[in-house]
Amino acid sequence: MRWAHWVNFPVLTVMIWSGMLIYWANDEYSITLFGHTFFRFFPDWFYNTLKIPHRLAEGMAFHFLFMWFFTLNGLLYILYTIFSGEWRELVPKRNSFKEAWQVLLHDLHIRKMAPPQKKYNGAQRIAYTAIILMGIGSVITGLAIYKPVQFYYLAWLCGGYHFARILHFALTLGYVFFFVIHVIQVFLAGWGNFRSVISGFEVVNESPKPVIQKAPEHEHADEK
Amino acid sequence: MSTPTKNKKPKKELTTGQKINRRNFISFGVFAVFAGGAYEGWRWLYKSREETLGVTGGARKPLRRALNKTELFFRRVFSDNHLVKTYPKSMAAKRVRVNSDIGMEANKKFDSAAWKLQVVKKPGEVLQISLDDLKKLPKTEIVFDFKCVEGWDQVQHWGGVKFSDFIAHYGLSDLTKMQYVGMETPDKGYYVGLDMPSVMHPQTILAYEVNDKPLPPEHGAPLRLIVAVKYGIKNLKRIGSISFSNTRPRDYWAEQGYDYYSGL
Repeated sequence: MRWAHWVNFPVLTVMIWSGMLIYWANDEYSITLFGHTFFRFFPDWFYNTLKIPHRLAEGMAFHFLFMWFFTLNGLLYILYTIFSGEWRELVPKRNSFKEAWQVLLHDLHIRKMAPPQKKYNGAQRIAYTAIILMGIGSVITGLAIYKPVQFYYLAWLCGGYHFARILHFALTLGYVFFFVIHVIQVFLAGWGNFRSVISGFEVVNESPKPVIQKAPEHEHADEK
Repeated sequence: MSTPTKNKKPKKELTTGQKINRRNFISFGVFAVFAGGAYEGWRWLYKSREETLGVTGGARKPLRRALNKTELFFRRVFSDNHLVKTYPKSMAAKRVRVNSDIGMEANKKFDSAAWKLQVVKKPGEVLQISLDDLKKLPKTEIVFDFKCVEGWDQVQHWGGVKFSDFIAHYGLSDLTKMQYVGMETPDKGYYVGLDMPSVMHPQTILAYEVNDKPLPPEHGAPLRLIVAVKYGIKNLKRIGSISFSNTRPRDYWAEQGYDYYSGL
């Protein structure tokens, strides 16, 4: 599972980068409410710093190669999660939403006590399941844009070609948002937690437990 | 007897600690090797040589190979029964977007009245067809969402002769057994290559009308291609000649790094 996670990181980075090379060619999306444009994607300095302009063909070529890796990796992850039974740790439970709210309050230092949890807390369950659904959404909206005639039913499902493209774009913004929060949480969770994502350490970490008599490690909490 | 056990205990703990350290070392080592490999792989791809200019050009060699392989995969799902979504006429744009004039620039001399479509049946045997002759064939209209590689799309209304009707009327069916069709502007400044299934698709038309009016020059008068199963780059304006072949005909944008197939 952590393999899929680490494969996804560079692949998704390439997908977002090449996606921006494509988006530049017709950067018409903006956030407009009641006739006032709040934000336009993206400012010129942003494009120029990242050397985005005039690379549409290149962007498409990269995008249409790495889409395979992104999809296959995602597929392997989902299959593995299903067959290993690990989905039980990941899919939100009935109390997850309430728990997630408590986790949020705790993380924002409003609430002192963190709710009890197993491997993933309610907020994590929701976030990690949502990101997988978003990944599936990106593949579906992507296909709907890529072959809107051959996969006309997908295009229809996504509200037509034009809207599918907006969804595809919005999902990408969602990834960036997820990434920011994700990295902050990883920093807060500390080195030990990060190490476990590379080594799959959780198993080993639990074994010295009876000797040291330390409280079980949690991602966000239990420092106090 | 109690001392050895006391000595044993910290020793045992140490081994667990060592085990942990070793596992950590191995995992991080493997992780570093893979990260390095990924980085090297990326550098190899990013810095790989550009293909030599032929029918296609302008793309990195491995990426061009990937585009061609991906084309083969997605050709499998292509079907004449998969139709582009059509719209009521009322939804068609009144001001139809003009994106390019390559091959029909304003300063170039072009006599629309003297124009005839050149259909190359075989080298040396050219069929010449006037616009009036084409207009005698049954008219097909299409209102669909025209899509550009740049990312924009617009609902447009075009009218003309369905390409398959045109083939049948002029007895060119034998030629459609070949794999590709090439079309060029009279000045040969813009040219496209299309796979036969896409040209023979029921929504591919040789258009001479837009919004019920004859094509204006900027939209490719007197005759242009509307191929709904392709991006705009394949929708050649001001068709000069049509030819058939079993190899890929040259293609303006494929020479500049774009996918040859560019199918939708």
